[in-house]
Amino acid sequence: MTDPQHRPTQPNPGVQRTVMRTVAALVGMFAFAFALVPLYDVFCRVTGINGKVDTTAQALVHEEVDDSRYVTVQFITRNGSGLPWNLEVETRQVRLHPGQSAEVDFAFHNASSDGTWGRAVPSVSPSNATRHLRKMSCFCFEEQHLEAGERLELPLVFQLARDLPPEINTVTLVYTLYPVAGDEAALQARATGDTGDEA
Amino acid sequence: MAPKLPPHHPVEQSTSATAGGQASVHHAPPPGILRWLLTTNHKEIGSLYLIFSLIMFFIGGIFALVVRAELFQPGMQLVNPEFFNQMTTMHGLIMVFAAVMPAFTGLANWMIPLQIGAPDMALPRLNNFSFWLLPVAFLLLLSTLLMPGGGPNFGWTFYAPLSTTYAPPSTTFFILSLHIAGISSILGAINIIATIINMRAPGMRMMDMPLFCWTWLITAFLLIAVMPVLAGVITMMLMDINFGTHFFNAAGGGDPVLFQHLFWFFGHPEVYIMILPAFGIVSAIIPTFARKPLFGYASMVYATAAIAILSFFVWAHHMFVVGLPLAAELFFMYTTMLIAVPTGVKVFNWITTLFRGSITFEPPMLFALAFVVLFTIGGFSGVMLAIAPADFQYHDTYFVVAHFHYVLVPGAVFAIMAGVYYWLPKWTGHYPNVKLAQWHFWLSVVGVNLTFFPMHFAGLAGMPRRIPDYALQFADFNLVSSLGAFMFGASQLVFVAVVILCVRGGERAPAKAWEGATDLEWSVPSPAPLHTFETPPTFRRHDAADLPAP
Repeated sequence: MTDPQHRPTQPNPGVQRTVMRTVAALVGMFAFAFALVPLYDVFCRVTGINGKVDTTAQALVHEEVDDSRYVTVQFITRNGSGLPWNLEVETRQVRLHPGQSAEVDFAFHNASSDGTWGRAVPSVSPSNATRHLRKMSCFCFEEQHLEAGERLELPLVFQLARDLPPEINTVTLVYTLYPVAGDEAALQARATGDTGDEA
Repeated sequence: MAPKLPPHHPVEQSTSATAGGQASVHHAPPPGILRWLLTTNHKEIGSLYLIFSLIMFFIGGIFALVVRAELFQPGMQLVNPEFFNQMTTMHGLIMVFAAVMPAFTGLANWMIPLQIGAPDMALPRLNNFSFWLLPVAFLLLLSTLLMPGGGPNFGWTFYAPLSTTYAPPSTTFFILSLHIAGISSILGAINIIATIINMRAPGMRMMDMPLFCWTWLITAFLLIAVMPVLAGVITMMLMDINFGTHFFNAAGGGDPVLFQHLFWFFGHPEVYIMILPAFGIVSAIIPTFARKPLFGYASMVYATAAIAILSFFVWAHHMFVVGLPLAAELFFMYTTMLIAVPTGVKVFNWITTLFRGSITFEPPMLFALAFVVLFTIGGFSGVMLAIAPADFQYHDTYFVVAHFHYVLVPGAVFAIMAGVYYWLPKWTGHYPNVKLAQWHFWLSVVGVNLTFFPMHFAGLAGMPRRIPDYALQFADFNLVSSLGAFMFGASQLVFVAVVILCVRGGERAPAKAWEGATDLEWSVPSPAPLHTFETPPTFRRHDAADLPAP
């Protein structure tokens, strides 16, 4: 709103430089926020934080069994929202020496009248035990398809590493059942349907 | 919406020798509302920000009073739990993004050019745009309350999956409004950085700037660093809700805890965004009314920078109970405690400035002194919360609510009010009414402590936050809190009265309205003419005599 005489004929170069730099920083930080997603994932996998388990089969390592102590391995199964399946485990817990391997059977049952895809997502607690739990075979490596009413038994074969930290006496493996994308739309409809009528 | 500040007579410009000298001809402003819609003047935009923030302060305050009314006694009284959740959420969002942040931006717009001897902000049109984004953003946000399914009900921290899988349908509007508000803050930050770095009066070095400019410069850098992260997080939410991605959905390989990491990576610097400018205001007011230069100016600057840098390494102290590994708990516990050191430097400097000063208790000083005491109480409860093993008990209780309200209400809000009382004579040419201001102060101090102090006890005894009902043993604490809240809310009407009366008239203020004030803004007439410093002033350091001539 100043007189043309007072208006700078061209923008202050210093201001332009500052603006360019701040905009570059902004773009960088926005990209950084998205870069944090894979970084977080990698960080968690490398350190075993957050109970994220490797989803590929590992080889059985022959190592001396440490029979000086027992470790309890517990299994918990639960249903995420939107999948009408049951997941049962033949035994709630097993006791092992570090270095031993074991096989446990899990039973999937589709209680609905439609065939659907589902997946069991694993999580380990305490998280620093994650890296010391080797899975040779697990249903959690892939998605399952169950016909209406179908029942399917699948094994989990795992080994507790000999170098499991000594303060860990109990390892808990949690499997949560989730529907696989494609059934996502149905899940979404259900979720919004639940909250939709509270005005 | 159009109070008569600042006065609009180009003639006044030419009468002031310090503020320009040449009688320049200005175009007449467009009439009516267009003047405010199109203004590029930093003073007018500053006033718009402050008025907007005050309106939002009352709207957010009414939401808080709905919450406090429901919590007045145990059992469900007034509102249903769904609406209660929307009230707590909207109260937080409005107060953080629409009241406190715009108030500081308004003060920055008004005062930074005056304090550094610049004619205006570096990018005046951008300035206009960044203000007018705000009413759009928050009308959109408030309108979600009327939508089917209601407004945001997942807490101001909008944790996934509450804000994704289980969110009301209006969440997309919430995301859009937060995007717009974020863009507004970013543009404001760019403008402030460009102004401070490039437009200081000749001879003014960075280390000569008033601390309000310093703290705002550092705040602006924090905004540049973390607002894009917030934008990224809400974009991921948007994609999870509408485009079938699984950033925060464990079913698809995502992780809800990732949301908390990303949110608090933004969120913790955000809480310093809301307090650093307050430090700057208090650092201007205390020396003025103690009639002593600020003790430890350089250490104040370094402490502010230290707080800003540390704020990027403490975010997970909000997440001690998500199941962090022990090493992370310890790391975040120690870095959080480290922040007490630069903060302690600041409190020490303020107290040392007061020591043996010739102190008078004008309204801005009352608020600044209350800030120092009450903010420190909030800081102490922060140190308690930083202790990871103790936090397992405090987490998500009213102790946390007490903590952050102590640093935000008698912290940030009192500092804003102190700043308003301090600079009102410069803005309007009149002193605020002292009697009314004192009433406002004492009612606010008593109200704020009645509201938030009992929350410490309720929280330590285990009362969870964000729940509309509570066990009987918390009844007395909540009764006191609710009474205090209504008292505090009502006393803000006195504040509005003081401001309106001050705009309309009152004791006339000279250019240097406060005896001990030294900064450059006190060299322009009161009220400050619309255009100031069109010819840069010559800046003279207080210690200029000791320096060799340039």
